[in-house]
Amino acid sequence: MERKTVFPQRLLPYLLLAPQLLITAVFFFWPAAQAVWFSFLRQDAFGIRTSFVGFENFTELLADPTYHEALRNTAVFATAVSLLSLGLGLLFAVLADRRIRGAGLYRTLLIWPYAVAPAVAAVLWIFLFHPQVGLIGRWLNGLGLGWDYKLNGGQAMLVVILAAAWKQVAYNMIFFLAGLQSIPPSVLEAAAIDGARPWQRFWTITFPLLSPTTFFLIVVNLVYACFDTFGVIDALTKGGPAKATETLIYRAYVDGRVNLDLGMSSAQSVVLMVVVILLTMVQFRYVERRVHY
Amino acid sequence: MSNAASTTEPGQRPDWLAHGVLALGVLLFVLPIWVVLMGATHDAATIGRGEVPLLPGGQGPANFAALFAGGRVGRMLGNSLLMALAVAFGKIAISILSAYAVVFFRFPGRSLAFWAIFLTLMLPVEVRIFPTFKVVSDLGLVNTHAGLIIPLIASATATLLFRQFFLTIPDEYVEAAKMDGAGPLRFFCDVVLPLSRTNIAALFVILFVYGWNQYLWPLLVATGEEVETLVIGMVKMIGSEANTEWNQVMAACVLALLPPVAVVLLMQRWFVKGLTETEK
Amino acid sequence: MATLSLSGIEKSFGATRVLHGVDLDVAEGEMIVIVGASGCGKSTLLRIVAGLESPSAGRVRIDQRDVTALEPAERDIAMVFQNYALYPHMSVRENMAYGLKIRGFARAEIERRVAEAAALLELAPLLDRRPRQLSGGQRQRVAMGRAIVREPKLFLFDEPLSNLDAKLRVQMRAELRRLQRRLGVTSLFVTHDQVEAMTLGDRLLVMHQGHAAQLATPMDIFERPADTYVASFIGSPAMNFLAGRLTAGGTAVALAAGPVLRFADGPRPGAEGMPLTIGIRPEHLVPAAEGLALALDLVEPLGSESVLHGRLANGEALAVRLPGRPPAVDRLTLALPPATLQVFVAETGRRLDPSPA
Repeated sequence: MERKTVFPQRLLPYLLLAPQLLITAVFFFWPAAQAVWFSFLRQDAFGIRTSFVGFENFTELLADPTYHEALRNTAVFATAVSLLSLGLGLLFAVLADRRIRGAGLYRTLLIWPYAVAPAVAAVLWIFLFHPQVGLIGRWLNGLGLGWDYKLNGGQAMLVVILAAAWKQVAYNMIFFLAGLQSIPPSVLEAAAIDGARPWQRFWTITFPLLSPTTFFLIVVNLVYACFDTFGVIDALTKGGPAKATETLIYRAYVDGRVNLDLGMSSAQSVVLMVVVILLTMVQFRYVERRVHY
Repeated sequence: MSNAASTTEPGQRPDWLAHGVLALGVLLFVLPIWVVLMGATHDAATIGRGEVPLLPGGQGPANFAALFAGGRVGRMLGNSLLMALAVAFGKIAISILSAYAVVFFRFPGRSLAFWAIFLTLMLPVEVRIFPTFKVVSDLGLVNTHAGLIIPLIASATATLLFRQFFLTIPDEYVEAAKMDGAGPLRFFCDVVLPLSRTNIAALFVILFVYGWNQYLWPLLVATGEEVETLVIGMVKMIGSEANTEWNQVMAACVLALLPPVAVVLLMQRWFVKGLTETEK
Repeated sequence: MATLSLSGIEKSFGATRVLHGVDLDVAEGEMIVIVGASGCGKSTLLRIVAGLESPSAGRVRIDQRDVTALEPAERDIAMVFQNYALYPHMSVRENMAYGLKIRGFARAEIERRVAEAAALLELAPLLDRRPRQLSGGQRQRVAMGRAIVREPKLFLFDEPLSNLDAKLRVQMRAELRRLQRRLGVTSLFVTHDQVEAMTLGDRLLVMHQGHAAQLATPMDIFERPADTYVASFIGSPAMNFLAGRLTAGGTAVALAAGPVLRFADGPRPGAEGMPLTIGIRPEHLVPAAEGLALALDLVEPLGSESVLHGRLANGEALAVRLPGRPPAVDRLTLALPPATLQVFVAETGRRLDPSPA
C-alpha cells in the first residue's frame, strides 16, 4: 500500500527514521541475535569457559522432564485463561450491545480492568484467596475445605488462572463489542423474519460474522497468557508450589536470573521467540483472508 | 450505536436477565478492588488476624501517611509516573516520525526499514529479556531511568497505527500544501499533527497503561531503590508472610491502580477507538 | 395468501409521536404501496407489521389472527430490505435456504423450493456465489428469492429498489410487479418514489407526518387527491396551486390572480368569501386567447414535451406542460378548464367536494 502524493526530499526521511531504527537495532535485533547466539553456547560451572555446543542446549531442554512440565503448565494455563476470558468477554459484549438502559454505564464499568497491571491484579486476588488474609480464602477454610494455594499445586494454578483471566475479559469485551457493532442490523432482522430465534440468530449469523475478531483475539490472548502474565505468577506463586505454576516464561526467567545459566535461558528464549513468530504470522495470514464483506 | 434488532422486538429474552448478568460482571470486577480499598482503611492487626472487612475503617489517612513516610513510596510513585509518561510520549514521538517518513517519502531501503520495524511486533520484551539486559548493562544504563525507558520506546504498534492513518490522508491536502509552498516539515506540523489528534489521544492511553504496568523489565533493570516503580515495589512489600504489613500493601495496591484506571476512564472513548483500530 | 388488517396503529419513540392512529385493510393478493416523504413514518409502519417494532397502541391482524404480540418468526411473513441484508458468510443457495432450514423443512423440500425460486428469478448460475461477488441487481433478486421460498402469508418490501441505478430500477420494478401478480401474495411496499407507487400499487396509502393522508387506487389519488399534500406529492411536475375565494353563492371561485371561474360539477358549501386553494395540473392548462397572463422565466425542453415556468401578474408561480417544442415566446395566456380544477379549503388543505344534490 502506498501513497500517490509524496514529498521529494531524500535526506529527511532517513533522519526521521533514525531514532526508531537505532533503538530497534540496539535493543531489539542485537539482543535477539545474541539470544540466538547464546543458545548455542554453554558456560562451565564456574563461568570461566564458554564453548559452542550447537543444538545441545535445545536437545537437553526438550528432553528435560521439568521442561515438559513447564510446557504442560503453560498449555493448561494459556488455554484456560483464553477460554475463560474470551467466553466472558463475549458474553458481556453481547449483553452490553443491546439497547437496555444503562448499557453505556455497564460498558464503562466493565472496561477499566484493562488498566490494571497483571501483577496488581494478582495482588488483588491475593486479598481474595489468601488462606489467612483473603476474603474467600478464609471462608473456604472456614468451611473446612483446606484451602491453601501456597501448598496445593492445583489450587495455585486455579488462582493464577483466575487472576490472569480477570484482567483480560475487559480487553476482549472491547473488541467483541466493536465487532458486534459492525454487523449490519438489517442482516439480523432478516434472520428474525426468516424465523430464527435469538439463540439461533447468535450461533448461525452473529458468531460466524464475528470470526475475524474471534480469531484475532485468540492469538492475542494466547500471547498474553504466555508472556504478559509473568507478573501474575511472580506476585502470586513465584512459580510454585513445587513448580506447579511455572510457565515457560517464568522458567526462562528463573534460569537466567537465579540459576545464571545463560545458555539454557537463551535456548528457552529462542523457543519462545519461535512460538510468538508463528502465532503472529498465523494471525496476519488468516485474519486478512477471513473478512466477509 | 447498538444493534437495532434487539430493541422493542416483541417476546425477546427479558431485559432483567441481561441486567442481572451484567451487574454480576460488574460486581466480579469490583469485588477485588473493594476488598483492597476497604483493607487500606484498616490497621495491620485487623487484617493480619484475618478479619477482612467489607466496610471502611478509619485508618485510611494514617495508612497512606505511613506509606509515604520514608520517601520510598513517593519516589516509586514518581518513577512510575515518569516511566509511563516518558514511554507514552517517547513512543508516540518516535513512531509518528517514522510512520511519516515511511508513508510520505520514497527512498531506497524504505521497504526494508518498514519490515524491520514490523518485525519487532514479534519480539516482546519478555522474549529477549536477558540479552537486552546485557546490552543495557554494557551501556552502563542499569538502574537508571534511561535504561528503564529507552528499550521500551521503539516497538511497532504505534508506528503501524500511524502509518495506516497516514495512508488515508487525502491526496488533495498534500497537493494544496505543495502549491502553498509548504515543505514536508511544515506540512507535518500544520496538517498531519492536528489530523492525528484522536489517534495520539488513544495511543497515549494505551501506552501510558503499558508503561505504568511494566513488570519484568523493571524487575531486572531496577537493581537498586532509585528507579524502582510502584508496581514492582508493591509486590516486594509482600516479603515473607509473617511480617507483611498487609494494610500497607493494600494501600500501595490502590495507589498502583489509580493513575492508569483514571486515565482509561477519563479518556475512554478515544481509547476504545484507538484500541480497536490497532487491530491490523 | 392472507388478509392484513391494521387498526389504530400508533407509535411514539420517547416523547416523539411518529404514527398517529393508522388504519388499513388489505385484501388477499392485494399490493398496497405506502408512499410518502422521508420521515413520514412509512418504514416504521412496515417494521410494526413485520414485528421488528411494537406499536404503542393498535393491533395488527394477519388473516384475522392478532399477531401484535408475536415475534417476527411467528408471523409467517417475508421481508425484502433496502440494502438486501443478505447473509455475507453464506452462498446464494444457503441464503435462500436459511429460513426453511430454521423451520425444520425436509432437505428435499428445501432443494425443490430453492430450485423453483432460482428458476423464476434466473438465479440458477449464481447459486454457489457469495453476496459480495454479486451485482446490486443480482443481490436484489436473491433477497426476493429468499422471501419467495418461504411461501409466506405476507410480503413486505422496504424501499428495495432505492439502491439500484435508474435503468435497473425501471426494469426491476416491472419484474417485481409481474412476480407479485403471478404468486398472488398479499404485499406491502414502502417507497418515497411516486412513480414506483403509481405503477406498482393496487391501492396507495399516502402518508404525511405520521398520518394516513389518503388510501385509494392510483388513479383516484391522481384525479381526486384528498388534500393539497397528496395533490402535490403525486404527479410530475407538481400540481399548481392558486389562491382564491368562494363566491357567487358557492358556485364559483374568484382567483386572486383575477378571473372568476365557475365550478363544472356543482356548488360547494361554505361562507361567501371563504379562502380556497385551487389546484390545476401543468398538463391541464391550455394556451388560449383569454385567461391568465404568464411571464415565463424558465423553459425545460424534454423532447416529447416541454415544461414552462413563470409568474402571474400577482406574483404567484405557475408551471405548464405543452407537447412538442417549447414556443419561442416570453409570455403566454392560459385558460383553466373548469372541469380540471381541484378545490381545497385553504385553511386545512382538505378537498372540498360539491354539496350532495
